[in-house]
Amino acid sequence: MSDLTAAFSTAVSLILSLDSDLVEIILLSLRVSGSAVVLAALVGLPLGAAIGVLRFRGRRALVVLLNASMGLPPVVVGLLVYLMLSRSGPLGWLGLLFTPGAMVIAQTLLVTPIVAALTRQAIEDLSEEYDEPLRSLGASFPQRVATLLYEGRLSLATTLLAGFGRAIAEVGAVIIVGGNIAHVTRVMTTAIALETSRGDLPLALGLGLVLVGIAIVVNGCAQWMQEVARRAAA
Amino acid sequence: MPQPDPLTGRAQATRRSAGAQLDRLHILPLRLEGVVLERRGVRLLDELSFQLERGPCSVILGPNGAGKTLALRVCNGLLPPDAGRVIWDGPDAHQAARGRALVFQRPMLLRRSAWANVDYALRLRRIPKPERDQRIETVLRETRLLTLASRPARQLSGGEQQRLALARAWAMDPSVLFLDEPAAALDPGSTRALEEAIRAVRASGTKIVMTTHDLAQAERMADEILFLHQGRLLEQTPAADFFAGPRTDEARAFLKGEVL
Amino acid sequence: MIRAPGLGLLLAAIALAPLQALSQGRPYVVLAAGTTTRDSGLLAQLLPLFEARSGLAVRVIGVGTGRAIELARRGDVDALLVHDPAAEDALLREGVASLRRTVMVNDFLLIGPQEDPAGARHASDAPAALNRVAQAQGLFLSRGDDSGTHKRELALWKATGTAPEGSWYRETGSGMGATLNTASQLDAYTLVDRATWLFFRNRGQLAILYEGDARMRNLYSVLLVSRAAHPHVRPRAQEFADWLVSKEAQAAIRAYTIDGQVLFHPAANPPSEESP
Repeated sequence: MSDLTAAFSTAVSLILSLDSDLVEIILLSLRVSGSAVVLAALVGLPLGAAIGVLRFRGRRALVVLLNASMGLPPVVVGLLVYLMLSRSGPLGWLGLLFTPGAMVIAQTLLVTPIVAALTRQAIEDLSEEYDEPLRSLGASFPQRVATLLYEGRLSLATTLLAGFGRAIAEVGAVIIVGGNIAHVTRVMTTAIALETSRGDLPLALGLGLVLVGIAIVVNGCAQWMQEVARRAAA
Repeated sequence: MPQPDPLTGRAQATRRSAGAQLDRLHILPLRLEGVVLERRGVRLLDELSFQLERGPCSVILGPNGAGKTLALRVCNGLLPPDAGRVIWDGPDAHQAARGRALVFQRPMLLRRSAWANVDYALRLRRIPKPERDQRIETVLRETRLLTLASRPARQLSGGEQQRLALARAWAMDPSVLFLDEPAAALDPGSTRALEEAIRAVRASGTKIVMTTHDLAQAERMADEILFLHQGRLLEQTPAADFFAGPRTDEARAFLKGEVL
Repeated sequence: MIRAPGLGLLLAAIALAPLQALSQGRPYVVLAAGTTTRDSGLLAQLLPLFEARSGLAVRVIGVGTGRAIELARRGDVDALLVHDPAAEDALLREGVASLRRTVMVNDFLLIGPQEDPAGARHASDAPAALNRVAQAQGLFLSRGDDSGTHKRELALWKATGTAPEGSWYRETGSGMGATLNTASQLDAYTLVDRATWLFFRNRGQLAILYEGDARMRNLYSVLLVSRAAHPHVRPRAQEFADWLVSKEAQAAIRAYTIDGQVLFHPAANPPSEESP
């Protein structure tokens, strides 16, 4: 119990002191995971929407595969990206290993299936209602997909938040491809892992509480933006 | 002429005349030849053949499950028939998809303003903005929705939503406008307002083809009746003749309100 | 909807910004260091001195020695600071490493529950202490991760002549910190280096039970990855290796203490004889 109290007071003092290292770590976490979500959205939204709208052979198997890949273990993704980006790997010449870029790539791979799978479900439900009317208005396939994505924007925002939550909370992938280098690739989760391994559990838990706080702030902002959008366009 | 591809004609520039009136494509008459639609061994449309000419308001009448909605979907290229042909004619038949419009029983409105819903359809046709604005204003005024133009479409009443769907279809100035049970869920006042709007569309020279199971509405609107029963066309006659004395037992029973 | 491609490009540009940012900034070298040197806080003490002197940043990847050596083999790091002499010899033989310099030394400790049910603290030497744990079937946690500490533990077991087997012997497969956290929860015995132990906060009922055998000496060396094996490695890593054995660095290593105890003793040539 005293551990928890200590963790809580550590978290509060961390936030109040606005430690510059902590701010740097928070900003890098947001930048890496935010970038990963944007990239995952660029791929996952159209991909999920296309699978939601199209009917083709092997579609059911693809949907199963997509849904299953939402549960990809971060460590496995991290290892795959490491092997690709390692100097001895096929993309070693990029020199991306142990940089924030590598972390963005790994988290993008983790988040894209989530975005695509949840988008597929949302768009499939929407297209039941919209597809024939849109076709009768003369909308081409890409136009229909774009329209469905726009119509589903409120539920898709939740999808992106789910992806962001996964990215900002995972440690397995970023610690392998980022290396947890101080001031370069250290993010909230790898900092927590480091303090845990040093046995400084109150500091680790304090950082964890800060992370939870960030998640609440991000989700609160998103919720508020959704409310505004909902009032504006029903 | 085989069933036209709904996507054809996109590459061609839209011909326009001066003013808000778009240059209408001419794709009628429409001919169905022996159209068959089967699902799980059941014939939902059974050798359906008829011809629809320019001019009169054609009402497809029949009990629930007669295949009225399916017939409209086949005409609009949304369902490929299992046998038979749908043939568009006229000088612009190769662009049939652009010359027709369909209003669904449950209006599909986008999550944006009433104005933007009509604008969406016109943008799909790549019509320039000044012309779009003029056209939207015209159809919204004619359907008495202009004062609601900036309201979110999905917050309108049922009758207003159905009129908006009609206005959106009309904005594209189709040669033929199909309506599927447009007043099925409306109260008498809303129904009257909608029927007025449909008459306005008809007065603009657009051919109206609508389905209904409502006899009174059919009598008010129809110039000719196509009576459908169990996927087969039993009668195609001028409306006055049909209501004076239908030729088939099924139609007589339907007129008397008996369960078929 | 029509503006979507433009918007997409903009978003992509934002997303790719971190990918571009990496090519900017100060020159640096990448060092894979055994977790002990990082977790003990030593590197946090040393690196600012070096960076101020050289203008060269050192990016530290803290991993077990086994993984550090694998990173070197693949050419993913420029230098190593590790503590597994046998594995280091192999790297030099293979030509993966071009240079090794001894930097510092400390020692391993056998720790375990304060009450010491196996009586390990009364043993005459390190293998005997382990033997007592084995005979009493006291719970023993092995790193099991090919780290320098794990290799040394296995070497000590080999010296006892008995193979550690049974339900009392468990592999955590984790780093030193995680293993210590587990040991403090289970009141288990384990082998740990002095630096990590002194820095570790979550000790619970654990205490040092046996220390001082020469076989528990823990030698740290810096190695450079060979440019012949991996042409892209950053040549300035040499500056860091040279500095670690300099007077300044050696003095800083000696000056780093926790609770008045020296964590690492300088050992650059001439080799220091003051091992504990």
